[in-house]
Amino acid sequence: MRSDTDHLGRPVVVITGMGVITSLGQGQAENWAALTGGRSGIRQITRFPTTNMRTTIAGTVDFIPVPDMSAPALSERLAELVIAEAIAESGLGSGGDFPGPLFLALPPVELEWPQRQALALASGANESVHYDDLRKAARAGGFEANYRRFLFGSVGESLADRFGTKGSPIATSTACASGGTAIQLGVEAIRRGEAEAALVVGTDASVNAESIIRFSLLSALSTRNDPPSGASRPFSKDREGFVMAEGAGALVLETLAHARARGATVLGVVEGCGEAADGFHRTRSSPDGKPIIACMKHALEDAGLAPDAIGYINAHGTGTPENDKMEWVGVTAVFGERAASIPISSNKSMIGHTLTAAGAVEAIFTVLALKHGLLPPTINYETPDPALPVDCVPNKARAAKVGHAISNSFGFGGQNVCLVIGGEA
Amino acid sequence: MPNNDRDAVITGIGIASCLGTGVEAHWAALTDPAGFKPVVDSDSFAPAMVHPIAALDLDKQIPKRGDQRQMEAWQRIGVFAAGLALDSAGIKGNADLLGKMGMIVAAGGGERDYAVDEAILSGLPKAADQGAYLNEHLLSDVRPTLFLAQLSNLLAGNISIVHGVVGWSRTFMGEEACGADAVRIACARIAAGQGDLTLVGGSYNAQRPDVVLHYEMGGASAAPPFAGIWARQAQGGGLVLGSLGCFLVIESRAHAQARGATILAKIASVRTDRCRREPGQATHNAFTQFHAMAQHLDQDTCAVISGASGLAAPTQEEAVWLEELGLPVRAVATALGHCLEPTFPASLALAALAVRHGKLFNPLDPAETVMDRPLRQALVTGWGHWRGEALALVTAP
Repeated sequence: MRSDTDHLGRPVVVITGMGVITSLGQGQAENWAALTGGRSGIRQITRFPTTNMRTTIAGTVDFIPVPDMSAPALSERLAELVIAEAIAESGLGSGGDFPGPLFLALPPVELEWPQRQALALASGANESVHYDDLRKAARAGGFEANYRRFLFGSVGESLADRFGTKGSPIATSTACASGGTAIQLGVEAIRRGEAEAALVVGTDASVNAESIIRFSLLSALSTRNDPPSGASRPFSKDREGFVMAEGAGALVLETLAHARARGATVLGVVEGCGEAADGFHRTRSSPDGKPIIACMKHALEDAGLAPDAIGYINAHGTGTPENDKMEWVGVTAVFGERAASIPISSNKSMIGHTLTAAGAVEAIFTVLALKHGLLPPTINYETPDPALPVDCVPNKARAAKVGHAISNSFGFGGQNVCLVIGGEA
Repeated sequence: MPNNDRDAVITGIGIASCLGTGVEAHWAALTDPAGFKPVVDSDSFAPAMVHPIAALDLDKQIPKRGDQRQMEAWQRIGVFAAGLALDSAGIKGNADLLGKMGMIVAAGGGERDYAVDEAILSGLPKAADQGAYLNEHLLSDVRPTLFLAQLSNLLAGNISIVHGVVGWSRTFMGEEACGADAVRIACARIAAGQGDLTLVGGSYNAQRPDVVLHYEMGGASAAPPFAGIWARQAQGGGLVLGSLGCFLVIESRAHAQARGATILAKIASVRTDRCRREPGQATHNAFTQFHAMAQHLDQDTCAVISGASGLAAPTQEEAVWLEELGLPVRAVATALGHCLEPTFPASLALAALAVRHGKLFNPLDPAETVMDRPLRQALVTGWGHWRGEALALVTAP
């Protein structure tokens, strides 16, 4: 039986509740069945017109209605639903009284086109619309709800009110590593003794015309629109970009001692967290892979494990030519000769890239893989890339008993996080 | 004697605002014998007023022109201030220290291409197919790399690229509260031995039509003519936004001593909390925070550096609370403007400067009184204009 403290004498941090929504569906059960069945959640975008766009597909969450649709509105709603699932499973902090802080991975917030157009309309400007006109309309009143909705603090504050988390909510963004960062912040707060438990959630529902186009302009997205399910091809030779997607994942973290004392079921253990920043380029990793290597090594050191202990890697695996290549460089540097024989699969082949939420969503799938002894596949793996001789669990889930896994998250802007997750308490 | 190795101390300050660049320029402006003179631009965004950023000699902190071009103003201001902080701490260019230095950046979002927005808004009503029109113009008119100037975490990303801070990197979002939480978590990590050396701060560009618009939507913008934070309350209060970059190097005492760094001030305590802002709740949080640090307080040598925003309800509630404390007060938004995310780090910076000089600077508003006796401590308040309450105690090293 695992001790209540780890190799450095710190409290062991465990996961006792999880909630997840992706384009595959709502809840752990629905997602796990689809994920291990090799199903794709990527579809044609119907939320807005895609005329003139190079990419017309995404992993949108279209089945959760929200009034006054916007990225923060849907992101908040997804967060509420996954938190409710996680709290129900853990049995901790129900009734709007969660006994610890909230760490939230959130996409950046800004006014969107429908709100800008509403201001332009209200301004009465005809031929030519200027920001001065929008501002005049704003001063005339009636847009207070927009002001509140598009504050960066609004989602966290609203979740803190609803779930009764303690203290100031922390909303973090390290781009595509945000979910991992939020988990790490929660683990560190518990290790510092600030709380026995923490609520962590990553959420992202920012698929709109402008966000798709922004990624398109950076040539980051797959343009293989038909069929949508075939677009996300991590580790394949013919991979050509990621697929933008929505989703949310929530985890209840608490000390193992606390979980044991209340008789809670432990779903998984966050054994270690590692991070390293990259000063090379705004969108590209250092060619030597140093930061990616460092973040995996830091995570293993933090967990007190040798690379040999790791039996599964939940890859960042975006399906961009650059990411998958650099991730492989990192994995070979850290795991040496074992690299080609460790199963490394990418959930993004099925759910797309849930961006801010990815680190949290994929940590949850990693926990489920260890718990069920079943590794989710990398689908669309038809043309192996000879430069990346990975065992990516091609196309079909695989039964495997794994004790420890890592989950990687690498962000634009050079922020990288790696989590070590253990299955047994 | 208690072991103070894990004290969180300030060893570097970088600040750029309407008052100038660097701590000396700020101290000079705040202690001008002729009295304090605000720097306000009442024309560019009339009727809103803003405190404009002073001229920045960018080449000194961002030597590559290519890097400057990749950034928008909010990032340039922030990377510039971060460079000043690293210079001040004697860390600039020290790859060993920068390689293990972490950062917590408090950030909002970046600038847009306003001309593109205006052209699209003008054309949309006449377009036969509005969706197609929007897509076509975003695709063809937006600069491809603008996205990288907009993402919140790319201020941190640019600091990694330009200054080489690569130990670890986190960005917190959420207006004033995230700046205070950045400081709190940096200090807590040091106290717990989770790190020794952290760069903490952020930047804000107030000279942007979209942020001025945002606070106008909220009815939060102060009406002209300009008045200080307290005087403004007689005319309904409100925000005057200010452009600012501020970073602090926060370090464990043991680490600072081992490398022979000058310790400017100590962060004896920092606490943050939230409430729904029902009447009295923010005051309750402030009192709880105050009592938790009262043991370190020396009433006779202490003043308050207030982060009051100017918005009527929270500013007036804070004023009543400060009245009860009975300490000399400076509301620094009168001088810097209200700067959202980096407000709390900037208030700490001015508190540390005052502690370093052993005296409080000039009153900034008719309601503020001169403090003649020596200053060795400062309480720093950080009430967000909407949410979040923070309090810190900065003391002599």
